[in-house]
Amino acid sequence: MMTLSVVEVRNVSKRYGPTVALRGVSLELEAGRVLGVLGPNGSGKSTLMRLMAGLSQPSAGQIRILGEKPGPSTRARVAYVPEVDCLYPSLRVEEMLDLQARFFADFDRTQAAELLEFMHLTPRAAVRSLSKGQRARLKLILALARRADLILLDEPFSGIDPPSRERILQGILATHRGDRSLILSTHLVREAEKLFDRVVFLSKGEIFLAGDAEALRQERGMSIEEIFREEYN
Amino acid sequence: MKPVADFDERRPIYLQIVELICRRVARGELPPGARLPSLRDLSQEMAVNPNTVQRAYQELERLGVAATKRGQGTFVAEIPDLVARLRRELAVRAANNYLRELESLGFSPADALRFLAERTKEGDDDLVGGGSTERK
Repeated sequence: MMTLSVVEVRNVSKRYGPTVALRGVSLELEAGRVLGVLGPNGSGKSTLMRLMAGLSQPSAGQIRILGEKPGPSTRARVAYVPEVDCLYPSLRVEEMLDLQARFFADFDRTQAAELLEFMHLTPRAAVRSLSKGQRARLKLILALARRADLILLDEPFSGIDPPSRERILQGILATHRGDRSLILSTHLVREAEKLFDRVVFLSKGEIFLAGDAEALRQERGMSIEEIFREEYN
Repeated sequence: MKPVADFDERRPIYLQIVELICRRVARGELPPGARLPSLRDLSQEMAVNPNTVQRAYQELERLGVAATKRGQGTFVAEIPDLVARLRRELAVRAANNYLRELESLGFSPADALRFLAERTKEGDDDLVGGGSTERK
């Protein structure tokens, strides 16, 4: 049986001037699977996510997203949530959703309304009045409510209180469909451990360990979090 | 919303879901022919990826504990001796765990048997109530 690769990264490197952010990175993800991109800060996670989102170009190597070179046409089918805040403080929550709906044809208003309720956000609330955890949840809704084939979440848990993390995790699970793939980068492995089908471990821009999450647990008798701690100590 | 199961993340999660369901079947909570929860429902209930639940269901099928009817879902297999078989397997596993634990403490299988006989003589009430708190 042929499985369709949603993401194909082949021997990709990325330099910023003299700095090498990624070196010879390869990975592949089939439809419907969840991949964890793990590594400490500065290991190249965000660079890799931006490349897959089509927001920057690799210096060497090849990337295919849904069979295409990342660019405007893949961006319409990929929902990318950067770690940095991308919300407009002067808008209300519902206006932020309106704006997203205007940008992306696949934005599902019904799903967004359900997610707002699930994530305990008020449509009338001003974005500027939201806590950090609430902002993180709103950012996530903007992505999860899209009928995108691939969702890229860059560090969705960092700097957020545990109850918000739990909500975010539940929101991801509640909206996961068999035909949608998800890539989540994080250095907080514990919160996301149970989401992953596959994991790649990045260090200094290189993948040094990759595999099936359950197989890694079986082989090592350790949780992904414990492997993470061991590998980076 | 609270996950019903606390998983030991040092072991494959799908195998723990398999064990959980086998135990429910052995206890009679999920009788033969009962429909297992949908992938989506169980994955949300347990806060795990639906693919992990699917893997657990595939393993249950491989073990002959569950069967998938196309378009209808996954059901506990309707095999006459399924419950008896699972009860026995789980009992054997519990016995092995007990023996292993006692062995690690330096007791022989004969000692293990003697302890069990003593414990059983002390009466049912004591067994249920006192068994796990004795060491404290």
